[in-house]
Amino acid sequence: MSKTKKQREALERTGVLLALIGGAVFAGFPVLWMLASSFKSNTEIFEAPPRFITEGFSFAAYASILSDPTKMRFFINSYVVALAVTGLTLVVALFAAYAFSRFDFPFKRTINIVIVSVQAVPPITLLVPYFGLVVFLRMFNTYQGLILTYMVFTLPYAIIMLTGYFNTLPRELDEAVRVDGGGPMTALWRILVPVSVPGIVSVGIYTFMIAWNEYLFALTLTKTQDMRTVPIGIQLLMGQHSYQWNEMMAISILGCIPILILYIFFQRYFMSGMTAGAVK
Amino acid sequence: MVLLTPKTLDAPAEVAARAKKKRNLVPFAFLSPTIILLVILMLIPIVMVIGYSLMDNVIMKTNPVFAGFNNYVEVLGSEIFRTAVLNTTFFTTVSVGAHLVLGLVFSTLLNSRLLNGATKALFRVIYVLPWLFTVAIIAILWRLLLNPNGVINYVLVTLGITETGAEWLSSPGTALFAVTFINIWAGYPFFMVSLLAGLQGIPRDLYEAARVDGANGLQQFVNITLPQLRPIIVSMAVLDLIWTSQQFALIWMTTGGGPINATEMLSTMTYKMAFSNYQFSLASASAVIILVMSMVLAYFYVRHQKARD
Repeated sequence: MSKTKKQREALERTGVLLALIGGAVFAGFPVLWMLASSFKSNTEIFEAPPRFITEGFSFAAYASILSDPTKMRFFINSYVVALAVTGLTLVVALFAAYAFSRFDFPFKRTINIVIVSVQAVPPITLLVPYFGLVVFLRMFNTYQGLILTYMVFTLPYAIIMLTGYFNTLPRELDEAVRVDGGGPMTALWRILVPVSVPGIVSVGIYTFMIAWNEYLFALTLTKTQDMRTVPIGIQLLMGQHSYQWNEMMAISILGCIPILILYIFFQRYFMSGMTAGAVK
Repeated sequence: MVLLTPKTLDAPAEVAARAKKKRNLVPFAFLSPTIILLVILMLIPIVMVIGYSLMDNVIMKTNPVFAGFNNYVEVLGSEIFRTAVLNTTFFTTVSVGAHLVLGLVFSTLLNSRLLNGATKALFRVIYVLPWLFTVAIIAILWRLLLNPNGVINYVLVTLGITETGAEWLSSPGTALFAVTFINIWAGYPFFMVSLLAGLQGIPRDLYEAARVDGANGLQQFVNITLPQLRPIIVSMAVLDLIWTSQQFALIWMTTGGGPINATEMLSTMTYKMAFSNYQFSLASASAVIILVMSMVLAYFYVRHQKARD
C-alpha cells in the first residue's frame, strides 16, 4: 500500500517536473535566443539550421553600442529620467501617504477615490492634451517634460502602497514625537520613514521600472536623438538602413540590466511591491 | 522663544480651537504637492481633451470653432473604429484569459509540495523572465523570433507542423493572433507572481481536512484553491483588462496596427489620428471615448476593492 503510494508520488513528481520544463521552454527560450543572437554576427542571425553558438561568436555588437555616444546617450537619458521620477515620486507620495494614514480631513474619501481611479485613465487620452501642455510649459523635448508627465503613472500607486504601509505602523510611534513637541515633519522623516524602508524600496523599484519602460510619452514628447530614452532608441535602431539584429539584441540585453540587477538584489521587495496591490 | 509667549497667554479654549483649525490644514499641506500635480496632470488635461473634442480641428487651425458632437459622430460611425473595437476586444479578452490560465497553472506547479525549494526557486526565476523586459525589447525580440526566416518558422517546418514558414506579423490572417500571443507571453508573470503569493497564503490544514474527507487533487483545486484565490483573481483580471485594452507600445512596434488594419487597436487608431493625420479633434473625441470605457472598468475595480476592505 505504502509502496504504491510512493510510486504514485514519484509519478506525480515526474509529471509536475515535465510540465514545469515545458513551461520553462515557453518562458525562457525567447530570452535565451536573444542572448545567443547578441553574440552572433549579423549575417548569422537567420542561418539555417539555427544554432545558439556560431563561428562568429563575439562581443562586437556590445562593443559597437558601448562605443557609440549616440546610443550611450539613450542610457544616460533613461537613467536621469527614471532616477528623477523615482526620487520625486517617493517624496511627494510620502507626504500624501502621511496625510492619508495619520489625519482625518474633509473630502478624504473623495480624494482617495480620485487617486485610485487616476490609475485607470488611459495614457492615450492624456497624450493629446499633454502635447499641448508640455509645449505651453516650454518643456517639449526636455527631461522636465518627461519627468513631470511620468509622475501621473507613478504617483497614485506609490501613494496607495505607502499609505497601506504606514497604516500597518502603530500610531503611538509618531504620536510620541508629537507629544515631545516635534512637528509632523519630524514625525514623518525621523520616525516613519526610517522604519518604512522596506516599503519605500518596493515602491521605489516599481516606480523606477515604470519610468524605465515608458514608451508612449517618450516617443511623443521628445524629438531629437539626444533626448531619446532606451525604449525609443531601440526602435530607432530598427529603422536605420538595414536591421542590425545583433546590435538590437545587445542593446536589449543592456537595457534590461538595471531591472535585472534590481530583481536580483531586491527580489523580496520586488515581489511585494508588485503583488501587494493585488494581494494586500 | 519670544514668539511662543503670546500663545501661552490665550485662554485654553481658544488655544484648542486654533490648534484644531491648524490640524485641519496640516493634512492639506502634506497633500498639496499631490493635489497640484493631479490638477496639472489630470484635471486640466481632461478638461482640455474634452474641449478639443468639441471643436473642429484644433491645434492645426488658428481659429477653431465649436463643432458640437460632430467629431464623436464621425469617430463612432467610422469603419476603422468598429475594426479597432473588435480587435481591442479580441486582444484584451484572449490575453486576460490566457494570463489567468497560465498564471494559475504555473503558480500551482511552482507551489507543488512534491518539489524541493531549490528546484522551485530555479523555475521561478525562469518563469519570471518575460517580466524583466520592457515592451520595446519584447517587440523586437518577437520580430526576430517570428521573422519569416526566423527560428520559430524553422522549428515548425522541421517538425512538419507547417509546410512553409508563415509571415506571422505581416499577413492579415495571422497578425492579430501573433500580437496577442506576444502579449500573453509578456504579461502572464504578473498574474503568476500574485497568485503564487496568494497560494502560499492558503492555510495548509484546509487541504489536510479535504484529504481526510477523500477529496482528490482536482476537487481540492476547485473547492479550496479557486475560492480562496477569488479576490486576487478578480482584482488582477480587472486591472489586466484596463491595462491590456490600453496597450499601445507592443502593437506600435510590432505591426503598427497593420497589415490593412488587422491589428488596429483603439490606442493605435487614436495615435494615428493625432500624430500621423494631425486630426487632433478627432483624436480627442476618440480619446474621450476610450476614457469613458476605461472609467466603466475602473468603477468595477474600485467597487470590488471597497467590497474587500
